[in-house]
Amino acid sequence: MSTVFIALQTNEETRPIIEAIVEDNPHARVNEAPAMVKIDADGRLVVKRSSIEERLGRDFDLQELHINLISLSGNIEEDEDQMILAWKN
Amino acid sequence: MDMQVAKKKLGLKEKYQVMTRDLDWTPTYQKMEDIYPYVQYEGIKIHDWDRWEDPFRLTMDAYWKYQAEKEKKLYAIIDAYAQNNGHLNVTDARYINTVKLFLTGVSPLEYMAHRGFAHVGRAFPGPGPRVACLMQSLDEMRHFQTQVHAISNYNKYYNGFHDFRKWHDRVWYLSVPKSFFDDAITAGPFEFIVAIGFSFEYVLTNLLFVPFVSGAAYNGDMGTMAYGFSAQSDEARHMTLGLEVIKFILEQDPANLPIVQRWIDKWTWRGYRVLTLVAMMMDYMLPKRTMSWKEAWEIYFEENGGALFRDLARYGIRMPKCAETIAFEKDHLSHQAWCTFYNYTAATAFHTWLPNEDEMQWLSAKYPDSFDKYYRPRFDFWREQAAKGNRFYNTTLPMLCQTCQVPLFFTEPGDPTKICYRETDYKGMKYHFCSDHCKEIFEHEPEKYVQAWLPVHQIYQGNCFPEGTDPTAEGFDPLKAVLQWYNIIHGRDNLDFEGSEDQRNFAAWRAQATRNV
Ligand SMILES: [Fe+2]
Ligand SMILES: [Fe+2]
Repeated sequence: MSTVFIALQTNEETRPIIEAIVEDNPHARVNEAPAMVKIDADGRLVVKRSSIEERLGRDFDLQELHINLISLSGNIEEDEDQMILAWKN
Repeated sequence: MDMQVAKKKLGLKEKYQVMTRDLDWTPTYQKMEDIYPYVQYEGIKIHDWDRWEDPFRLTMDAYWKYQAEKEKKLYAIIDAYAQNNGHLNVTDARYINTVKLFLTGVSPLEYMAHRGFAHVGRAFPGPGPRVACLMQSLDEMRHFQTQVHAISNYNKYYNGFHDFRKWHDRVWYLSVPKSFFDDAITAGPFEFIVAIGFSFEYVLTNLLFVPFVSGAAYNGDMGTMAYGFSAQSDEARHMTLGLEVIKFILEQDPANLPIVQRWIDKWTWRGYRVLTLVAMMMDYMLPKRTMSWKEAWEIYFEENGGALFRDLARYGIRMPKCAETIAFEKDHLSHQAWCTFYNYTAATAFHTWLPNEDEMQWLSAKYPDSFDKYYRPRFDFWREQAAKGNRFYNTTLPMLCQTCQVPLFFTEPGDPTKICYRETDYKGMKYHFCSDHCKEIFEHEPEKYVQAWLPVHQIYQGNCFPEGTDPTAEGFDPLKAVLQWYNIIHGRDNLDFEGSEDQRNFAAWRAQATRNV
């Protein structure tokens, strides 16, 4: 199966985001590199706004992800509540 | 108006509709083809521009808000780094040469990307891609400015930074990245966006930014890490634009497939050749390595690119043809490049060195099938020669590839001991190439590539000496004259790192920072 990934800077803002992604995607693998973290997942990866908000204790707009985003792969589907990365094969 | 209406917050999709498509209008007193004169001639057929989707649905108001936040974060770090003399915390002063290579080779491409996306944004009749290209055009200008700004701090202390813009236009190895982008920006709007948006941004850019920036972090260069990640945070949007472009074009008309496939083949190869510089930077120039070029290629191209091309197979797209050649070259690319630069470092605006024993062990471990067999013996030999006072500087000029402009140092697919030469005749002239791929690119558009400004040819034609130089004068030294024209100071900006002013200054300043002298 094809792998999708999301890479984020490692800092205080992304800590709750990374935790949320890891919890919502039990099949994901976390690779830490200097100053960044790359999360790989087979087929599909979901980023949920509610899970991030729970950890942050405030409202979170998924577009805020862009501030600390490094790279990603896969076809993207995004609405107010979640962002999905997936390959269609 | 005194009526109070409760404001309903627009959803992401509605907001995107209102702030992009609804801002567009159909012209009535000018013809569409007069307003958009460049969308037809490449043969790409688009029937419905409204089928374009931006999955992030980013609108200009949100764009400004998030970009402003990125800038604030970035400048806080850059200022702190400069105030704190952060440059003295890098692993060792050899590292600074990667920043020189970046500023001279990559940053000017950011500016060209700014121009290119402004141009294609204007050329496309659809409001969706137009807004996305506008944002990318602004991003690229930001990348150029922040890079120049951040790196200017190094120019206060180290050599090899003082005339980067001129070097990009003049210096031989920098004609590789320069000609790559000039090639893209002189293509039509669809080819440009496939070349840069898809082949470069989506397929290859991870190989440029992620290892380089992660490498900067690993080597204590917080300034480079900050501008690198700040630029990279725009990259996810650029990559998405690149992927959407491909899908959109292919869904519009089946006749678009062969045109797009040819562009993907061409631009993956063109981009890969530019990344030769990144390969050697990763394997030789970072004192503390993050991963090898080969590993980066396997993760970001073979694994991720593989997934991408399997996904695009539903449109009939296949893996670029060059992937096989590249798979063979991955064991050799960085070594062959560094050997060449070690030879020609009299004519470079950065320093080179021989890898030390620790570094050679790392290279053997990362390249078990090639390093000890083909490359370690060369370094051993050169080290021996240098110790005897015979440091070898190559002063004859190499043959360049007419397409990618890299000197012909790559080897035959399947035989790493034999240099690969290809040639073709066109209108009574002979043209030389580094590979079958570059030859094929030339043969498809010879009228474009015969115009290439090849540094070696230009030097031999006498076009790269300061004004008033007399090449027939007795004792004329062509290398000296070329360096003068480049504004590279011989003995200061070039040659070995060992014994350089950079090395001495860094050692002295670091000592001052840690002792009471
Ligand atoms: Fe950029
Ligand atoms: Fe070439």
